[in-house]
Amino acid sequence: MFVTSAYAQTAPAAPETPAAPGAAPAGDPHAAPAGEVHTETGVAHGGEHGGGTFPPFDATYFPSQILWLVITFGLFYLLMKKVIVPRVGGILEHRHDRIAQDLDEASRLKSEADAAVETYERELAAARSKAHTIAETAREAAKGKAAADRAAIETELAQKLSVAETRIGEIKTQAFAQVGQIAEETASAIIDQLIGAKASGDDIKAAVAAAKTEA
Amino acid sequence: MANDPIHQFQISKIVPIEIGGIDFSFTNASLFMVATVACAAGFLYFSTSQRGLIPGRAQSVAEMSYEFIAGMLREGAGSHGMKFFPLVFSLFMFVLTANLLGMFPYFFTVTSQIIVTFALALLVIGTVLVYGFYKHGLHFLQLFVPSGIPGLLIPLVVAIEVISFLSRPISLSVRLFANMLAGHITLKVFAGFVASLGTMGALGIGGAVLPLIMTVALTGLEFLVAFLQAYVFAVLTCMYLNDAIHPGGH
Repeated sequence: MFVTSAYAQTAPAAPETPAAPGAAPAGDPHAAPAGEVHTETGVAHGGEHGGGTFPPFDATYFPSQILWLVITFGLFYLLMKKVIVPRVGGILEHRHDRIAQDLDEASRLKSEADAAVETYERELAAARSKAHTIAETAREAAKGKAAADRAAIETELAQKLSVAETRIGEIKTQAFAQVGQIAEETASAIIDQLIGAKASGDDIKAAVAAAKTEA
Repeated sequence: MANDPIHQFQISKIVPIEIGGIDFSFTNASLFMVATVACAAGFLYFSTSQRGLIPGRAQSVAEMSYEFIAGMLREGAGSHGMKFFPLVFSLFMFVLTANLLGMFPYFFTVTSQIIVTFALALLVIGTVLVYGFYKHGLHFLQLFVPSGIPGLLIPLVVAIEVISFLSRPISLSVRLFANMLAGHITLKVFAGFVASLGTMGALGIGGAVLPLIMTVALTGLEFLVAFLQAYVFAVLTCMYLNDAIHPGGH
């Protein structure tokens, strides 16, 4: 119902369409070219005035549409082919190259960094072993020196000890030697006091010697 | 007038031109062809003029459409098909822009004219024929003789293949034309219901809500169809070009 009422409005509206350009007299330009064009177009056009022809099937404007399509699409195609496609293709390729290049650069830097780390670790290990060696040497040297010092001191002490022992022996011998004499003197004094007689020196000496051996 | 769903396809002259008795007038259809080309070319030209290594939004869209078509063509017609890239890209951008421009109220939809879609389809089939015969000579006719068919069936299969080949420009053009036409008519009819019901008083305004919702939903659907039909046109172009490049490869 609605569509039919809409169709009813087509007829009064028809002159309005060509009136749009303003310069062309309404209705007439539609008919004029149609009359000159070959019959097929004319027939189709006649139908349109009856209000029946479906606009997309109206052959009146087919040549015009084809011509303008060829012009516009042709220009568009040329612009695409000559400017846009190379340009966008170039942009994409450039970006692709750039990314590949950056990746290469990154991997190069990474390998450099790896090499640097390796060198650093090697040097660190070398330094560490060198330090170890130095410490070892120093410890060995210190140990050697300490041992030498101790040996020297021990030798000196032993020497002093033997000197002292010799001295002690000498004093002891001397003392022992004097012991006999003192004993003899003491014995003669004791005898003198006890019996008032003088014992011969030789007897006393023999007695002391005997006592000494007993002791 | 305003409610006539067919009126939007009416062609009107803007600059009458007549050469050799044939009407080549610059019409509203021509105007929108120019607008389509200007929009598509202008967008692609200015969005990529920076040639940014890191694309902006507009450049991203241009690059995406480029890569979308490039991927489609490479998949459909192999790497040899890339020589047709400018053609497929132009067709896709032209049809897509024309469809999308047609979504504006009061705008003319270039692709709702059968002659336009038929001319574009003929361009595709013409390219297939010319390149096929140029590249493969008479071997191109192998296209109609699929391998591995028993001898008895060959005439029948060849007949079917020939008919299917001949129907290609028709199906290619009618698909795009009919989708755009039907969608726009439906949209207009439902929008017309809103207006005519709205004049019927309070009850009518209440009743107009349903077609209004329908119109909004259809508008969304039409945007999808606008893209989808451009995509389908481009995909089929790739498939047909594949026949021209590899005629034996059925």
